[in-house]
Amino acid sequence: MRIFFQVVLAIAFSIVLAASPRAADLGELINGLAGKDYKETEAQIGAIAATGDSAAVPVLEALQAGKVYFRKSDGIVFIAEKNGKNFKLTDPLTGAFVEELGKRAVKKVRVNNRLRRAVRGALGGLTMMSPDPGIRRAAAAATFLGADPDSIELIDTAIAQESDPSIAMLLRQARAAAVLNFDRPEAEHIEAIAVIRERGDRDALALLIPRTEIEGSVGMAAAEAVSRINSRLSVWNGAQNVWYGISLGSVLLLAAIGLAITFGVMGVINMAHGEMVMLGAYTTFVVQELIRNHAPWMFDSSLFIAIPLAFLVAGGVGIAIERGIIRFLYGRPLETLLATWGISLVLQQTVRTIFGPTNKQVGTPSWMSGSFEIGLLQITYNRLAIVIFALIVFFLLMVVLKRTPFGLKMRAVTQNRPMASAMGIRTPWVDALTFGLGSGVAGMAGVALSQIDNVSPNLGQSYIIDSFMVVVFGGVGNLWGTLVGAFTLGIANKFLEPYAGAVLAKIFVLVFIILFIQKRPRGLFALRGRAVES
Amino acid sequence: MIGTFFRNGVDRGTIFVVLVLVATAFIVPALNLYTPAGSLFHVPGFAIPLIGKYLTFALLALSVGLIWGFCGILSLGHGAFFALGGYAMGMYLMRQIGSRGVYGDPVLPDFMVFLNWPDLPIAWYGFQSFGYAMLMVVLVPGALAFVFGWFAFRSRVTGVYLSIITQAMTFALMLAFFRNDFGFGGNNGLTDFKDILGFNIQAPETRAGLFTASALALALFYVLSKAIISSRFGKVLVAIRDAESRTRFLGYRVERYKLVIWTFSACMAGIAGALYVPQVGIINPGEFEPANSIELVVWVAVGGRGLLVGPIVGAIAVNYAKTWFTTGALAPYWLFALGGLFIGVTLFLPKGIVGTLSDKWTAMEQRRASLRAQAGISTQNDDGPPGSRLQSEPGE
Repeated sequence: MRIFFQVVLAIAFSIVLAASPRAADLGELINGLAGKDYKETEAQIGAIAATGDSAAVPVLEALQAGKVYFRKSDGIVFIAEKNGKNFKLTDPLTGAFVEELGKRAVKKVRVNNRLRRAVRGALGGLTMMSPDPGIRRAAAAATFLGADPDSIELIDTAIAQESDPSIAMLLRQARAAAVLNFDRPEAEHIEAIAVIRERGDRDALALLIPRTEIEGSVGMAAAEAVSRINSRLSVWNGAQNVWYGISLGSVLLLAAIGLAITFGVMGVINMAHGEMVMLGAYTTFVVQELIRNHAPWMFDSSLFIAIPLAFLVAGGVGIAIERGIIRFLYGRPLETLLATWGISLVLQQTVRTIFGPTNKQVGTPSWMSGSFEIGLLQITYNRLAIVIFALIVFFLLMVVLKRTPFGLKMRAVTQNRPMASAMGIRTPWVDALTFGLGSGVAGMAGVALSQIDNVSPNLGQSYIIDSFMVVVFGGVGNLWGTLVGAFTLGIANKFLEPYAGAVLAKIFVLVFIILFIQKRPRGLFALRGRAVES
Repeated sequence: MIGTFFRNGVDRGTIFVVLVLVATAFIVPALNLYTPAGSLFHVPGFAIPLIGKYLTFALLALSVGLIWGFCGILSLGHGAFFALGGYAMGMYLMRQIGSRGVYGDPVLPDFMVFLNWPDLPIAWYGFQSFGYAMLMVVLVPGALAFVFGWFAFRSRVTGVYLSIITQAMTFALMLAFFRNDFGFGGNNGLTDFKDILGFNIQAPETRAGLFTASALALALFYVLSKAIISSRFGKVLVAIRDAESRTRFLGYRVERYKLVIWTFSACMAGIAGALYVPQVGIINPGEFEPANSIELVVWVAVGGRGLLVGPIVGAIAVNYAKTWFTTGALAPYWLFALGGLFIGVTLFLPKGIVGTLSDKWTAMEQRRASLRAQAGISTQNDDGPPGSRLQSEPGE
């Protein structure tokens, strides 16, 4: 608690002071950079570092990049940007443009390697002690990678001041890395190896592997740490593959789940299914365009507006297709296949005529961008959102099928049409609504897929074969089969990829499905029946 | 025995179709080569490979019509067999280039030199010989079809499921052939052919020869197919199409019948591909695209699949329409037209153009016959046009 108050006070102070006397001090110190020789400049850098004021970071970075000049007339230091023959001078603290001078009027503050190292240390110190935890964290991580023996003391001070335990841990690892680069007693090296072992990622491995060749206990400790890290990494690798697989599986599930209704439950070979997905994606695009032009503040909720709209658009088109074409073809599955293929061509070309053949830009809402890490696993928010969305859609669909009157009628019609009709169910309407439901779900999938794929008229084509594979593999007429099928194929694909490459993995999966269908022609979860053929 | 086999299949219609094809095979190239450019009867040079291409498509459509119309197997992957035959021919043509390639390597085709391959992959051995290449044109699609069909028919994968896995097959092959390290030219495929059997592939005479070969091949396979479906074997195929389980319970080994006709059809598609490649001058993995295979099914549907002439008429008509559309101002509307064709034919012309016309013809004949019967004239015992006996709806 006390530490917290101190931090708050320190931040408050630095804000209050930033404008007035200290800024002037810092300005003087910076002007002192234009010293007589390297030694004087180095001393000045040390003095700047000692202020701990992060306002000095830009000028130090500029110094490292060789962009710091001073005006010959009065010796005042500026950050200079070359502009043709002249130099554009900006104030080192405020970044404001001051004037443009010819190259005769300014002189560069020269730096050598020694100075560069001093600057790096000073920068590390300034950033490691910055009031902003984000900057501190980044600085600590950077120090680990470029561990410099000279910075040990600096890191020690930073550790002593650090209040956030996770940043303190990063700092300790950075210190350990610095120790390893430095001639210290063996015990300290072994201790450092233990600290780095806990880190356990590829950077740690890169640091430790050269050390395994050292004779004696240090080498042994390093070797042991390397093997521990390796086994840990392979576990994380597996976890990463599983996550990628789940992510791919959720995409497959989204693409296939509408088909599981139209093809799986109704038995309609809907080759235009991919185009329903595409319609959903284009609905998202239109919604976002409208929001961009009329109500930009609503952009973050654009997807929530697009989802029901996509359902309605794709579902409406689906009902129109069923009423207009498919109902004349029931009982002739191969003809249905051809007619729906024709529909898909017409829909594609319609969209191409309206929106043009190029990819459309669909934006990602701010809450879906970025990522977080669990251990060594990096999870992006948009992929996570899609996985969750796929599961929600799946379970909603389950509820509709199993718990609503409409679902009951739908199952009744698909199981025994004449009997259902005799009980007073209007089977033609149930057919139309079922087809609409399947298409609408495909439209909602399109909203999600617009976030990870190019929104073009060909969007649907790329999913149609995959969707059929998933439904056929999972077992026709069984939503659970679709779920299991999608995730199995997704994970299998991602586990094959590191060995075979993306394309070959996909070929293997296709061949596997072809062979699998020979073994179980009705899929993973076949509906059992006594009919010789259905 | 073979004589009876063929005599069974030969009727007036067959003779007519064969005569038309043979006449086309010789007259069209002759009109191109031996008439002056300004003449009324002159066939322009560009038309020869174009019509030749239609004829190979017709052969491909015939192979699909044979299995779909007469055995109820709807393949959505026949483009794969076509492309494999085409690749076998393409490999022969590549080897013929020799040191005339851009890199001038006497053995390796250009793309292998470009990829820094030290020597020829084993799959390419022997393709410098025309005979071997022609053997492969038949063997490779045939072997793939045999293995695929062996598994699929034995485990009774039928109907839609079979269609979907054939689609998966051609999709997988497309992905494989798109890879550079698969060894068949990757993305760009095989092209820049120089000559075939020593003749310059660009020369009008060679093109005329290829045209004649395509038309004759189509005629030959038309007769063969006709013979097959008129034989006892063909009757069993039709039985399988209409009631597969019943045929099986009657004691026929359904899977063997299917396997034979399926493999035969794949070989036919392979030959079509081999004739196609030298006429268009390129083969690339795009030919494996599932969309192509589905499109070719619509040729068959448009023409009518209950008759062997149907696919031939359909392929030529649809492809002529495609050329007409895509070369004019109507190009953006071609997909609308094709899509509309898919929908319209399945809804309004389930028997296709030829099937519908032949039904009309039969009905007219019958009406005339009954009129004659009423008039007291004894009727002739005429079979009517082929295929008119197929009462039930082909397919599922």
